[in-house]
Amino acid sequence: MLKTRLIPSLLLANGRCVKGVRFDDYRDVGHPVTAAKVYEAQGADELLFLDIRASDEGRATLLDTVTQTAEQCFMPLTVGGGVRTVDDIRTLLRAGADKVSINTAAFARPELIAEGAAEFGDQCIVVSIDHIADSTGTQRVALDSGKRMTDVDPVEWAQRAADLGAGEILFTSVEREGARGGYDIDTIRRVADTVSVPVIAAGGAGSLQDLVDVVAQGHASAVAAASIFHFTDQSPIKAHSFMKQAGLDVRMA
Amino acid sequence: MIAVIDYGCGNLHSVSKAFDAIGEDVVVTSEPDDLRSADRIVIPGVGNFGAVMAKFNSSGLADCVIEEVRGAGKPTLGICVGMQLMAERGLEGGETPGLGWAGGVVDRLPVLGHDLRLPHVGWNEVFPVGDSKLFKGLGKTPEFYFVHSYAVEYEDNEGPVAAWCDYGEQFVAAIQFDNVVATQFHPEKSQSLGLRFLMNWVDWNP
Repeated sequence: MLKTRLIPSLLLANGRCVKGVRFDDYRDVGHPVTAAKVYEAQGADELLFLDIRASDEGRATLLDTVTQTAEQCFMPLTVGGGVRTVDDIRTLLRAGADKVSINTAAFARPELIAEGAAEFGDQCIVVSIDHIADSTGTQRVALDSGKRMTDVDPVEWAQRAADLGAGEILFTSVEREGARGGYDIDTIRRVADTVSVPVIAAGGAGSLQDLVDVVAQGHASAVAAASIFHFTDQSPIKAHSFMKQAGLDVRMA
Repeated sequence: MIAVIDYGCGNLHSVSKAFDAIGEDVVVTSEPDDLRSADRIVIPGVGNFGAVMAKFNSSGLADCVIEEVRGAGKPTLGICVGMQLMAERGLEGGETPGLGWAGGVVDRLPVLGHDLRLPHVGWNEVFPVGDSKLFKGLGKTPEFYFVHSYAVEYEDNEGPVAAWCDYGEQFVAAIQFDNVVATQFHPEKSQSLGLRFLMNWVDWNP
């Protein structure tokens, strides 16, 4: 049967991997292509690259990183960060990405999702949704790397995105991101139980149990994680083994 | 020389890099002369069946491909929608005739009633049929990477099936007939097992 996926995520800035907490306080954590090869050797199921600088100068560096990674790693690569147009999607796919993640631009112009799906197939289009609680504790869609809160329910937006042609939804809790205190399981479950496309949970993994819980209780099809691999001694090998022991169907490379 | 056909659809970069990695000479091309001088041919394909078939038909390469694959009998590998194109017809994006080389109809994976999501994305076990050289040395149920919502279906399962996969119900993971092998999964995205599958294909002399 289809395996639950473990997706190490790498945030990129100017050709380097960086990691922060709650989309802030970034530190350099290494070279992306080297990191990608290590993850591949450790049996990661896919890789996720998110470009946090997303400037015009940064774009060439990002494409270079994608191309080099695709030359040396033979596993699915999703790339996102500042993707605004169908041309941006095309450029990333040509450089070697298998899937492209779109966030703020898709929210601002949802037709981008349908246009991308029509041109490249829905399996190439991942809609990334960041969410944060407002003053009443209600979850809202957040844009621009978590800086701008909207008044939109993230689960409703996820459903719309799926209807428009998103092949997968990548769902990140701004508050939990980098904090290693666990995923926002309640919100993940709400979105996973609403849409019929795969949901990738992101934001919060601190222990291997967190990876299990977000799948078993949150109904995520895949788990993305970054800090747990950069700042603790966990690895995809250990993670897969732990998840398997806990009864999840995962790939044992 | 392996020729990967560029007809406007497909993750050409990944496919060609995978062959580079296993030490094979590969060219990504939309030139009929390259197909004529190639020893082996790869037909990639990503996207919606109707749209991909239209691009193939308007690429100016269709006749040459048919000549080199079905006429000259060069060893050929189809990947993902590249496999689906070989069916009788496809139902995604309207009903469209396929190349008709392998029969079957391309239809949505039957996941209704199984509480399963589409697209079928991720790693899944493949069950090879018989003693195919293509799956030699890969273990009894090798796991490959899939990303699709449609698959080739045969009536009464009568077709040149080389491997099955399970997602709710069985679906065709690979076909093999004459000088052609085609996979619904992406060997170029399936890490070391995928590269070994490609090596098996390169060593295969039908």
